[in-house]
Amino acid sequence: MIPTLPRRVALLGAAASLAAPALHAQPSVIRIGEINSYSAIPAFLLPYRQAWQMAEEEINAAGGIAGRRIETIFRDDNGRPEDAVRHAGELLNNERVDLLAGGFLSHVGLAVSDVARRNRRLYLATEPLSDALVWAQGHRYIFRLRPSTYMQCAMLVEEAAKLPARRWATVAPNYEYGQSAVRWFRELLSRAKPDVEFVAEQFPALGRIDAGATVQALAGARPEAIFNVTFGADLTNFVRQGSTRGLFDGRTMVSLLTGEPEYLDPLGDEAPEGWIVTGYPWQELNTPGHVRFREAYQARFNTHPRLGSALGFDSVTVIRRMLEATAADTDTEKMVDALRGMTFPTVFGEADPEFRAIDHQSTLGAYVGRTALRQGRGVMVDWRYADGRDYLPSDEEVRRLRPQD
Amino acid sequence: MWQDLLAQSLSGLATASSLFLVASGLTVIFGVTRIVNFAHGSLYMLGAYLAWTLVGALPRGHLGFWGGVLLAVLIVGVIGVLIEVLLLRRIYKSPELFQLLATFGVVLIVQDVALWIWGPQDLLGPRAPGLRGAVDIFGARFPLYDLFLICVGPVVLGLLWLLFHRTRWGTRVRAATADREMVGALGVNQRLLFTTVFFLGAALAGLGGALQLPRESVNLQMDLAIIAEAFVVVVIGGLGSLPGAFLAALLIGQMQAFGILIFPKITLVLVFLVMAVVLILRPYGLLGRPPATAHAAPAIEPPYGPPSRALRVIGLVGLAAALVVPPLMGEFALIVFTEIAIMVLFAASLHFIMGPGGMVSFGHAAYFGMGAYGAALLTAHFAAPMEAGLLAAPLVAGLAGAVFGFFCVRLSGVYAAMLTLAFAQIAWSTAFQWIELTGGDNGILGVWPSDWAAPKLTFYYLALGLCVGATLLLRRSIFSPFGMAMRAQRDSPLRAEAIGLDGFRIRWVAFILAAVAAGIAGGLFAYAKGSVFPSVMAIPRSVDALVMVLLGGVQTVSGPIIGALAFTWAHEQLMRAFEMWRLLLGLLIVALVLFFPQGLAGAAQRLAGRRAP
Repeated sequence: MIPTLPRRVALLGAAASLAAPALHAQPSVIRIGEINSYSAIPAFLLPYRQAWQMAEEEINAAGGIAGRRIETIFRDDNGRPEDAVRHAGELLNNERVDLLAGGFLSHVGLAVSDVARRNRRLYLATEPLSDALVWAQGHRYIFRLRPSTYMQCAMLVEEAAKLPARRWATVAPNYEYGQSAVRWFRELLSRAKPDVEFVAEQFPALGRIDAGATVQALAGARPEAIFNVTFGADLTNFVRQGSTRGLFDGRTMVSLLTGEPEYLDPLGDEAPEGWIVTGYPWQELNTPGHVRFREAYQARFNTHPRLGSALGFDSVTVIRRMLEATAADTDTEKMVDALRGMTFPTVFGEADPEFRAIDHQSTLGAYVGRTALRQGRGVMVDWRYADGRDYLPSDEEVRRLRPQD
Repeated sequence: MWQDLLAQSLSGLATASSLFLVASGLTVIFGVTRIVNFAHGSLYMLGAYLAWTLVGALPRGHLGFWGGVLLAVLIVGVIGVLIEVLLLRRIYKSPELFQLLATFGVVLIVQDVALWIWGPQDLLGPRAPGLRGAVDIFGARFPLYDLFLICVGPVVLGLLWLLFHRTRWGTRVRAATADREMVGALGVNQRLLFTTVFFLGAALAGLGGALQLPRESVNLQMDLAIIAEAFVVVVIGGLGSLPGAFLAALLIGQMQAFGILIFPKITLVLVFLVMAVVLILRPYGLLGRPPATAHAAPAIEPPYGPPSRALRVIGLVGLAAALVVPPLMGEFALIVFTEIAIMVLFAASLHFIMGPGGMVSFGHAAYFGMGAYGAALLTAHFAAPMEAGLLAAPLVAGLAGAVFGFFCVRLSGVYAAMLTLAFAQIAWSTAFQWIELTGGDNGILGVWPSDWAAPKLTFYYLALGLCVGATLLLRRSIFSPFGMAMRAQRDSPLRAEAIGLDGFRIRWVAFILAAVAAGIAGGLFAYAKGSVFPSVMAIPRSVDALVMVLLGGVQTVSGPIIGALAFTWAHEQLMRAFEMWRLLLGLLIVALVLFFPQGLAGAAQRLAGRRAP
């Protein structure tokens, strides 16, 4: 048990807690520093942390790794990269963590990754989607678990290219993720199907979509199909205005991340039907591994798992596998070497993905399917697992995109 | 083609109505109480959440829906009254804008309370009974509910007009808006007036939120998403003017609806561009009037005394501690102390124009960010060493200060503050969207100090030296003839003008100096963090600076230093130790506001003054 209470008490005293020299826990404990935007993105990250803690407890209950318990110290960056950088400093210097993990927002992930590069410490980025993380800004000490913007776009392009639609419109939140999703989608789809044209694009401000005007502007361009990248509150408002105004009637919708329960659940019985999406069909996914995970999760938290839960659990699995490979040695270089090319089981229960040695991207995939309504809630149907390794650019292209060390 | 434009325009009208409802409450409250109510967005969010709960709990149908909305509106009104009676009423005598600090505390509290009650997931409310579908308007399907909203705006405007022009209460409110002191002198119960006005304003915010239920999901980001736009509408319309707010909402709604047809990526900055143009052309908004009458002028601040012996001793001891203690405390403490030193200079630079200068800035992060970007861009594009970056930071920031300040210092009060905000947002969105130059929101990485300054301790001493040096220079200039002139033009512009002081030039130079100082802080911040993102000049950082200055006490010279120390330290500690740190930070701010209505340094000064013979 790590004494966290004294630190809280110290808060009432003086700046003593700042100086709290690493409370030297038993040397047998492996410490993980986890930084995430908990107060900014609670809908995704609270289920993520729950599953993380569940996985950690399972490992410790089984006696830890080579006899060493693991312990995670969570920090909230409130969505601000400068705060995340400060936490990283604190975790590395004061808490003496053995590795850093976490990240949801791309810019926060990039900021922490830069700290990791400079200090030559391992950072396991779990969720940031930006391609820059492992390509343009990639380096030896960063690994990313979740399928990137490029990979998820490539999965959808494969489906979009089968459609007869030629006139496309796009709508995406106005920041890096939205812009690069649109760029990749346009580029890859034009490559797969040279006769498509893009007749309109909309970039509403993240979290502040003017849904009525955006929907009307898209409808005015008369596209045959629309590629959507909005998520969260923007998606909900977009769907409500769009279905009332008939934007989706007779049009094919292709939509990034919309099949994730985080974004599908809030739509309730207004979830759109027939959209081609990437996501996580937690109800219907019945691989043995996933059934075990779903039941354990539901029994423990009395709610169903979200995609964040799956990623949280998988992150801990990755760390466990890595430490098993190093025989619980927490030397950074050894951990990095262990991760390169390492395979790991996932809660999806599909073929084990690996961390590619070439760019440190995991080949974890996503599910591609269509949305439908079942008993008043949105679900994914006709889904299939898109294995991440099939949706990455060629090795030559990766070498061009990523600085080679 | 014209059908599309008509539908687009109708969409803009619906947006305008929603905006007007929120803005009307804000403008009514400001008109009478002069409070910049930062918590207005929180009341809007509470309206939406309460409506969601109540509509869900009541039986389905018209009565359940509209009854739920009405009940939510009333509850939010009562919450507004509670905020006024328990918190704001106690600090009306505090320096201008101090109430903003209190309402900022409320924002933080409401964020965590809402998360605690309603959970993290976005909530989608039911649609309005009878208004579910759409009507065909020349080939375009337009939601019935949006048509209803288009009508609500003018109806509310009409009702408010009747309330203000046909009732005794309304006459008093208008009188108080025009001249608060005179109304008090005539024997009107101001307390009751303020409380009822707050009820009305809060209820309007609640109505705005509750009526969004059939249109948008209810989520925890609603408060901050609406507050900036609501302020923009109020300021464009002219503070305190209801028809102005209505006009401004129409303008913004239409600009948004048509702007995105031409420039889809303009969404980030459009409202602020409109505000900047309007304020440059019409310094008091579309329908606002310059504040009237001489006797309503703010009380002249007491002059700053020379530092007392005790203060000198405390200052020297503090400085000695800053030099001696950190090396003993380990690496992380150095990181935090470096950050505190930077924040002290940042707060001092804002205080320089706010305190002695008498100009409020809601966009001071722009100059901090310009400094950070100035340094980072040199590093990224020219591989310049840290020394060059630290030199460039104040230059870039000063240049931005000269350009933006040229327009801002012509305005006064909240108008000037909002123009600084507009410029800050324009700078922010440039950093955000000019991806080739700035890397967009993925920022600039690898901005690390030169090798000699790489050890944390060396960098700390570098930051401490530059920040303390610059802060002391700012302090020195407050007591110089230039500082005297600044205070003169603040306290009595007419008399200052009469003795030959060029108010515009003085304010402009002060603004540039403040920008230069903020730029130094920003440059150091870039190298301390190793990366720069647009968030260094986003609204939250400007708010942080404002909070630090107000917390310390704007009417004292040492206030910003104390405020920066207290805020940065409390923020860091709470964030690290507690999950609900926002709630605790909010409560802490509210408590400090109640116990130290002159700010921390102000309270210390009073205490010292009382003890002195």
